[in-house]
Amino acid sequence: MIIDLPSTTTSQVNSKLVQLREEGGAVTLGRVLTLVIVTDDGTKTEEAVDAANDASREHPCRVIVVARGARKAAPRLDAQIRVGGDAGASEVIVLRLYGELANEGASCVVPLLLPDTPVVAWWPNEAPPVPAKDPIGQLAQRRITDAAAEKNPIRALEQRKAGYTPGDTDLAWTRLTLWRAMLASAFDLPPYEKVTEAEVSGEADSPSTDLLAAWLAGCLRVPVKRLKAARGEGIVDVRLERRSGVVELSRPDGKIGTLTQPGQPERRVALQRRQVRDCLAEELRRLDPDEVYEAALRSLGKVVRGRIAPKATAAARKPASGAAKAKSDGAPDPKADGKVDGKVDGKVDAKAGGKADGKVDGKPVKAAAKAAKAKAGS
Amino acid sequence: MTAPTKRNPLRDPRDKRLPRIAGPSGLVIFGVTGDLSRKKLMPAIYDLSNRGLLPPGFALVGFARRDWADQDFMQVVHDAVKQHARTPFRQAVWDQLAEGIRFVQGTFDDDASFDALAATLSDLDRDRGTGGNHAFYLSVPPGAFPTVVNQLKRAGMATPPTEHPGQWRRVVIEKPFGHDLASAKQLNKIVNEVFPEESVFRIDHYLGKETVQNILALRFANQLYEPIWNANYVDHVQITMAEDIGLGGRAGYYDGIGAARDVIQNHLLQLLALTAMEEPVSFRPSDLRAEKVKVLSATRPVGPFDETTARGQYSGGWQGGQKVPGLLEEGGFAKDSTTETYAAITCEINTRRWAGVPFYLRTGKRLGRRVTEVAVVFKRAPHLPFDDTATEELGQNALVVRVQPDEGVTIRFGSKVPGNTMEVRDVTMDFGYGHAFTESSPEAYERLLLDVLLGEPSLFPKNDEVELSWEILDPVMKHWSANGAPEKYKAGTWGPASADEMLARTGRHWRRP
Repeated sequence: MIIDLPSTTTSQVNSKLVQLREEGGAVTLGRVLTLVIVTDDGTKTEEAVDAANDASREHPCRVIVVARGARKAAPRLDAQIRVGGDAGASEVIVLRLYGELANEGASCVVPLLLPDTPVVAWWPNEAPPVPAKDPIGQLAQRRITDAAAEKNPIRALEQRKAGYTPGDTDLAWTRLTLWRAMLASAFDLPPYEKVTEAEVSGEADSPSTDLLAAWLAGCLRVPVKRLKAARGEGIVDVRLERRSGVVELSRPDGKIGTLTQPGQPERRVALQRRQVRDCLAEELRRLDPDEVYEAALRSLGKVVRGRIAPKATAAARKPASGAAKAKSDGAPDPKADGKVDGKVDGKVDAKAGGKADGKVDGKPVKAAAKAAKAKAGS
Repeated sequence: MTAPTKRNPLRDPRDKRLPRIAGPSGLVIFGVTGDLSRKKLMPAIYDLSNRGLLPPGFALVGFARRDWADQDFMQVVHDAVKQHARTPFRQAVWDQLAEGIRFVQGTFDDDASFDALAATLSDLDRDRGTGGNHAFYLSVPPGAFPTVVNQLKRAGMATPPTEHPGQWRRVVIEKPFGHDLASAKQLNKIVNEVFPEESVFRIDHYLGKETVQNILALRFANQLYEPIWNANYVDHVQITMAEDIGLGGRAGYYDGIGAARDVIQNHLLQLLALTAMEEPVSFRPSDLRAEKVKVLSATRPVGPFDETTARGQYSGGWQGGQKVPGLLEEGGFAKDSTTETYAAITCEINTRRWAGVPFYLRTGKRLGRRVTEVAVVFKRAPHLPFDDTATEELGQNALVVRVQPDEGVTIRFGSKVPGNTMEVRDVTMDFGYGHAFTESSPEAYERLLLDVLLGEPSLFPKNDEVELSWEILDPVMKHWSANGAPEKYKAGTWGPASADEMLARTGRHWRRP
């Protein structure tokens, strides 16, 4: 059921909700949280609502969508209430804000929050620079952003690091869970040796790849190289070297992963890219601060950003993967590797400030991303 | 902190997102053509795989008499998964799982087929990396247990090879765990001769249900209930497991067993233990079990059994818009069968907390509807400062844990009826699992199979719990067998008249669930 309340106030919305509950039984009780979705009014609004409706099957919630419309229009609040079949297991209140009101979303959200239950804010597209300081972010215990949906994902990640407040989380981190689980379970088994070298490669503008590299760098206490994959979507490959051999998890096609471990046959793993709805459902499962995410953000600086040309990458891998090229080819590799490493290391270290970092990183990455996109299109 | 956490740099106790994935392992199912296997086990394995909780390279081996090739078996699993799995079907997940599916044809007394099974397992260790870790699921009649476990021992599959002590072999068995104390001890002896007790997993699928585990959360995570969870406030407890289906087609298993052995001995006494036990010092399996054993060892059936127990057998009639046959008309049952399809007993727990509080356990087939619940009924307020007329309609307060269906918790209490007179009537406050949490919580078998592969024994009754349960039930069974046929009750009702009388004697009555 969809009920439109054009040009209204929140108290009218509230009394309509009470009326609906009385008519339809206790449909709005038993909700475990309020989810506030902040977005610009447009096609993306519905996508976010759909994802929230799916997630609500696991976490029945009240969804409040703050859709910011044209800033130049006269101030007005249009509301829409969706319950029953149109709202999954949740009830959805869409608030379309126009004019000056568009910047005052929090004032419309406060009267509609469920009493004494957690509030989660989610920015499915562009997030404020410091979510915890945003007026809506301040209402929420948990603030979900999505670096991958931003214009410059890698820079967005740097921003998350700078503005981190307990309770922040990012879907780029959630997308990693399967990878992290698979890697962690590979290390549950002996031999319990120290990892000596680590490499993570993925799309140039995949923030998840950066976070995975950072997480590994933090846990393993070794420098982790972050490489740009020649092809594939999102995270493509993780290589962890130990004395006994290489543990490698790679997913060239975005669906099936292959796990290689010394002393074990090569094994395939279903490692499909996760949809937003799955990620959101996982996010809503935990409402306490995610300290491991924080640690991963803090370790972003430990990642060695190797913008190594695909050729060099291929060469660097040769000794372990045992490609069929001659020895003479392989010999100069370590040198080349060292050079590139040194350069990049130097640059990053010299300009330690977060902003400068972002710029240095951002430019080439942006170009690379464009190139990748062009490729994908063709 | 467990050992792997210490040694694995990627595990962090603060990291609550990472699921525990089972280590390299495989599962062998005996009796793979059965209903349980198709409807529950195979879908559960797929669902686990879909949730990413099975190890890469997991292997599933079927063992049965049918003349199937690997492909035929794979097709059977495929169909079972498509039809019964809880999570959506994904080709990529299936393909990955299908690579590890094998079938071994044979009978339980045929040495050659067990040797073939052993060969298949070592092939899997090599090709799929199952690492010598195998669980054997015995979905077979208890009569076949000795043959199968001894064959496993003979073929060298029951214990890990001495050169690889780190590997594990586990055996999963299903109820009935015997039919009385003596046979249960006998069965435990047979199984324990081959598999040590820590490798034996007895499946009681009720214990895998979220709502049953929630009893522990409700009791031990809240301040609200503990002060009143004792004989000072509780009048009595009713534990019910009712089914609306009959026993058509199950005569082979059920005739001579009956409702008490089938349900009370395992499910209901486990529910009683969870409801009545003291707080465990931790949720470690051994601590949890210690408390369950303690409370079961203090539990006795209350006599005289003529007055404190009831049993019945359903007769034909109309139920839910259909004409249904009585037990004696169901195919396979003897025309003079004295098997009971309804059983109710009274227990007491001789501890300070529970002395004087009767625990009523009842179960039956072809009852009013399908429901399982634990109802804790509280005493009346000692003094009611109202007129007599005001509280005429007020019953006793109750807290009901609904185990299935419509999982949740109900609290019943009195409330003023709107109007200008003071009148108090019973109302209920309701917490629905489905409203507050996941719509489709994992199936019990998913949880239990994963626990077997992880070697996490807390949700599996151990041999002493099984034997204690028989000790409680045996006197009642003995009394019943000496006293002729059970009373008839009409299909679709809530059991025989004697069941109502057994509570009426003490001024109580059964809840209508």
